[in-house]
Amino acid sequence: MQKKISTLPFRGTAEQEQQLREIIDANKQDPSRLMAVMQQAQDVYGYLPMEVQQMIADGMGVPLEKVYGVATFYAQFALSPKGVYNISVCLGTACYVKGSGDVFNRLSELLGIGADECTEDGKFSLTACRCIGACGLAPVLTVNDEVYGRLTADDVDGILAKYNN
Amino acid sequence: MYRSHVLVCGGTGCTSSNSQQIIEALEKEIGEQGLSEEIKVVRTGCFGLCALGPIMIVYPEGCFYSRVKVEDIPEIVSEHLLKGRIVTRLLYDETVEQDSIKSLNETAFYKKQVRVALRNCGVINPEEIDEYIAMDGYQALAKCLTEYTPEQVIQIVTDSGLRGRGGGGFPTGRKWSLCAPVKAPQKYVVCNADEGDPGAFMDRSVLEGDPHCIVEAMAIAGYAIGATKGFVYVRAEYPIAVKRLQIAIDEAREYGLLGKNIFNSGFDFDMEIRLGAGAFVCGEETALMTSIEGNRGEPRPRPPYPAVKGLFQSPTVENNVETFANIPQIILRGADWFASMGTEKSKGTKVFALGGKIKHTGLVEIPMGTTLREIVEEIGGGIPGGKKFKAAQTGGPSGGCIPASLIDTKIDYDNLIAMGCMMGSGGLIVMDEDTCMVDIAKFFLEFTVDESCGKCTPCRVGTKRLLEKLDKITKGNGTLEDIDELEELCEYIKANSLCGLGQTAPNPVLSTLRFFRDEYIAHVVDKKCPAGVCKSLLHYEVIPEKCKGCTACARVCPTGAISGVVKQPHSIDVNACIKCGACIEKCRFGAIVKK
Repeated sequence: MQKKISTLPFRGTAEQEQQLREIIDANKQDPSRLMAVMQQAQDVYGYLPMEVQQMIADGMGVPLEKVYGVATFYAQFALSPKGVYNISVCLGTACYVKGSGDVFNRLSELLGIGADECTEDGKFSLTACRCIGACGLAPVLTVNDEVYGRLTADDVDGILAKYNN
Repeated sequence: MYRSHVLVCGGTGCTSSNSQQIIEALEKEIGEQGLSEEIKVVRTGCFGLCALGPIMIVYPEGCFYSRVKVEDIPEIVSEHLLKGRIVTRLLYDETVEQDSIKSLNETAFYKKQVRVALRNCGVINPEEIDEYIAMDGYQALAKCLTEYTPEQVIQIVTDSGLRGRGGGGFPTGRKWSLCAPVKAPQKYVVCNADEGDPGAFMDRSVLEGDPHCIVEAMAIAGYAIGATKGFVYVRAEYPIAVKRLQIAIDEAREYGLLGKNIFNSGFDFDMEIRLGAGAFVCGEETALMTSIEGNRGEPRPRPPYPAVKGLFQSPTVENNVETFANIPQIILRGADWFASMGTEKSKGTKVFALGGKIKHTGLVEIPMGTTLREIVEEIGGGIPGGKKFKAAQTGGPSGGCIPASLIDTKIDYDNLIAMGCMMGSGGLIVMDEDTCMVDIAKFFLEFTVDESCGKCTPCRVGTKRLLEKLDKITKGNGTLEDIDELEELCEYIKANSLCGLGQTAPNPVLSTLRFFRDEYIAHVVDKKCPAGVCKSLLHYEVIPEKCKGCTACARVCPTGAISGVVKQPHSIDVNACIKCGACIEKCRFGAIVKK
């Protein structure tokens, strides 16, 4: 799957850079820990802009192309920022057969964005995720860490309203 | 001593339905009532009956409260825990029989289950090593290190007949015995916890509910093959599992059950966790190893096999979580005990994740050879809404469908393969008459197209072409030649792909073609979707005899496609209709149908 690469300017702070340096220093003796460094870097920045990938490449002593290669291979690594509220709709089998596709489409329509996009005001982003393992509650979506289960497309408006205030 | 124990499920399913808040409310309320010295709240792993979450069991009575809400807590504490009066309205209805309460083990969901891999899930607090030890934990490791040679350990595992629970079903003992004699300065044990099949969550439940059994089993495997280092590769999407496994590893180290000279035997073993990052292909053995090494998780051609050249080019044994979870019990209770369960070639039990159109969604562990009918109708409680069972899908995107006509098949590795299905990791999705089989095949192909790593052409391009053909058929543009070409392409992809992902990707198409060919033909020839799912092939109609002319449908229609006079039958303009289905939901007379 092609990843959306953000065109928004990089807004990293000195504090974030300091944290990243510490992460790299703690792991650079073992090059197989590259993914772990990238995962922690994403926790710091929320995504992996090119500037951060360059810092990781320099710090871990590997070419940037390798970092970029890993970043684009795994679904977890985001190359564009997430909204304040990231909405993630499960499209795993159990949810899908119970209508999560309709839930996703309704959200996409209401927010005016597609998968892996962020609204212009930076408030909401939308992703389609694979099974989060809450199949007993299907269909399921999460807003950041909050889980909403046993949904229908009609519940979507109410959920969005909760975060719009 | 506590007079009562309250077990609350802290698995992902129940945590998602607020069990954390329930535990907090419970502890607060118990404190306020001054019962903290008498009643202990234990957060356990998954009980399996996720559909009824959040779940709570109160011992010694064994009361099974389901779908508990925070507001119910004061009542449970003041009535049940303080005064001993059971809150009947919150009991799981199948445990209530007239005036008496049935044990959970007698309910349809649990009765036929035999818990080996899941034995401690929902029973112990996974974050306390002492609770695991109290359940005979680490005894199997002690027995191996002090009584058996590595060869004997491998022999026991071989004799038990245990086969890999992650998908392929390769005999575990054989895997170990291939690696053991290889001489190398460093060998590895890898636990595959990259559970990727949508709908399967048994590995997560084991890691969340009983993480120490994985630590113990990996140390046993290390001893058997001569490895001193282990890696567990877990999906990053499983934060609770990762956290509890890390606690388990730290505790085991502290107790000297990991590290140098374990049980004074001279055997060293330690392990660490590596997080996956959301790539389905990494569940494939060699791709997982490539990923642990810090690369794009692409599979490697075999040979050389991982037993000779695996992780970091060293001999490696990789097993799945559920496979490991069986090991300590096999050592303690013997190969014969394990081999006494199951069928001739598939021994022991298997955990299935029941999902889809079924009443009791959740995790079940049953002896191999249980029929699909028992699983769906008895354990699973049947299909809700009185709908008819159409098929069960096993093995996720690598598997296939078992049609209703074969519902009496005994489920084991070989019977599934014979039906063109696959055990896979044990996801079992039930489908009813409202499920379109072409659409399901398309759904799985979308998944594999997304997850194909792109390294080999048959998988990268082939699955894409398959998807295009399926899309064409579901849009009503397919021809009979397309069906033939689909089959031909499927065989080609199976034969030529590099790894398990590509080799099994066509299975959902082949198996639906085999058992539901008439549905494909209906899409292609009659341009109809019999299940009423494929939108392009549907249209909505008003049944004039049933329509009362109440205008409810016309008011709700977003495109104004419905017209008619009050108290006269309405009609739908098929060109304006966007097939959203709002009118059907609104109509109180059942006067609108999709065809």
